[in-house]
Amino acid sequence: MSSNNRKKLLLMGRSGSGKSSMRSIIFSNYSAFDTRRLGATIDVEHSHLRFLGNMTLNLWDCGGQDVFMENYFTQQKDHIFQMVQVLIHVFDVESQEVIKDIEIFTRALKQLKRYSPDAKIFVLLHKMDLVQLDKRNELFQIMMSKLQETSAAYGFPSLVGFPTSIWDESLYKAWSQIICSLIPNMATYQANLKKLKSVMDAREIILFERTTFLVICSSNTASGELLDPKRFEKISNIMKNFKQSSMKLKSSFKTLVLDNTIYVSEFSANMMCFIVLNKPDDPQDLVLENIKKVRVYFQ
Amino acid sequence: MSVNDVNSKATILLMGLRRGGKSSICKVVFHNMQPLDTLYLESTSNPTMEHFSTLIDLAVMELPGQLNYFEPNYDSERLFKSVGALVYVIDSQDEYMNALTNFAIIVEYAYKVNPNINIEVLIHKVDGLSEDFKVDTQRDIMQRTGEELLELGLDGVQVSFYLTSIFDHSIYEAFSRIVQKLIPELPFLENMLDNLVQHSKIEKCFLFDINSKIYVSTDSSPVDIVMYETCAEFVDVTIDLHDLYKGQAKNDTGRELKSVSALNNDVVIYLRQMIRGLALVALIRPDDTDVESCLTVVDYNVDIFKSGLEQVWAHARITPANSKTD
Repeated sequence: MSSNNRKKLLLMGRSGSGKSSMRSIIFSNYSAFDTRRLGATIDVEHSHLRFLGNMTLNLWDCGGQDVFMENYFTQQKDHIFQMVQVLIHVFDVESQEVIKDIEIFTRALKQLKRYSPDAKIFVLLHKMDLVQLDKRNELFQIMMSKLQETSAAYGFPSLVGFPTSIWDESLYKAWSQIICSLIPNMATYQANLKKLKSVMDAREIILFERTTFLVICSSNTASGELLDPKRFEKISNIMKNFKQSSMKLKSSFKTLVLDNTIYVSEFSANMMCFIVLNKPDDPQDLVLENIKKVRVYFQ
Repeated sequence: MSVNDVNSKATILLMGLRRGGKSSICKVVFHNMQPLDTLYLESTSNPTMEHFSTLIDLAVMELPGQLNYFEPNYDSERLFKSVGALVYVIDSQDEYMNALTNFAIIVEYAYKVNPNINIEVLIHKVDGLSEDFKVDTQRDIMQRTGEELLELGLDGVQVSFYLTSIFDHSIYEAFSRIVQKLIPELPFLENMLDNLVQHSKIEKCFLFDINSKIYVSTDSSPVDIVMYETCAEFVDVTIDLHDLYKGQAKNDTGRELKSVSALNNDVVIYLRQMIRGLALVALIRPDDTDVESCLTVVDYNVDIFKSGLEQVWAHARITPANSKTD
């Protein structure tokens, strides 16, 4: 990987749409409950996050009150919109002023077109938990087709959207995909993981980033096994908790072997692997040795 | 003691004034409820009784705070006779004078009916107090209860005090101590754990009740709350991960749970499932020997410990039957 890996992410959206909550849950180990204590973000809050070792994420959490918004689009526009890699625009599904929300989105797109035309655009329809279950999909489709149209008009035809909520796993799913889009050699990881899975005769292998425990990639995307669809997020949560409790012993954890079938181990300085074997009879040394051998291919 | 009650086992009676936090304690400790969710609990109107069948057959009975137990329609005599421990919850963030008077009356009655009862006081909700204030409050409450009891001529009664809060592990710690007083087999267990610790390079080990994260027993070295928290959380991690992937292999339900985790500072956390919802969690420091051989020794020793536990349990089951025939 090259060392020029500073990524600038803009997190935008109108006030109260849940931007800071998301950031706190994913990057600062908040629980969904804790986010109630967050106040309004004043102007722009910067956070620098080391991710996968040599990648630095500069997350610009832009406060969404109209006063600040106006400021971003006029005085600070070159400062805000220069060198942007990713724009994450958050829409509150409960918002009363949808037209205005979209208008602000288009203004952001306009500036991006001018200052950083190569940026990737993601939209999150947030607070989905407030919509009835049977209406969620329909609402998402309508909103997405509208947004797709708008963004295509401003020269960003490949818009990706996610329905999210801080109360379930959808948030992790969305952020995993956003972050993954920034990782350059994804295809290699995926191919190596597939190979590793067949060599080890594993039921499933998942790669996690080490500090956030976001899923980088997993081995079986298409095999029709009946596993909990929310398991990635659940594992993320469980392992995050364990990481914090091992911090109390002034240490961090290296490996975890459960019932001889689940192996969690550090893979490199910034990745963890989570391996579930098909049968519990394989000798432990052999499995651990395999993990050690394979590390080279994921550096 | 009368054996005609349904359970002459370890029953804990939870009492206190209204809004002291009794139901919250029950929900958090025994039902894994999130502490913040307890804000929405309704006021308890009826005595509730819950059973937990582990090695210790624990039952917790909760009484609503706003009732007067000395009304004749309450069979309070039988009630106090049947319990092993009386836990009185005092809200430390509130004016506690009334609570202390109420407590003294209850103790007087309970002690008259059942002199063997363990009396415990939880100085509860201390999460909102500063460190200095905590100590002051505890001293104040201890002194005043002492005076109250002396006035009633009960200066011989042993009362234990605990500072607790549901937002950290202090409530589990307190309950562990309380439950341990009710287990007659405790000295054996502790001895067995001491033996295990001595021969296996274990720094500290706990015998956990998986459901509630209360520890039934530990070795005789002093309990460090941080170690306890880490071990309790390790039980959670193991159970949660196991549940995610257990679905497919139905044939291995009989297998005991085992998980081992190595940390970067050469500590190994080790969990083995024991009998009846108990789990042994140990912190191992292999020092200069290699981890692999150290774990083999631990495995062997734990097997022996487990069979010992089975024997203790077999005896515990016979004893009540014997006492009935006596």
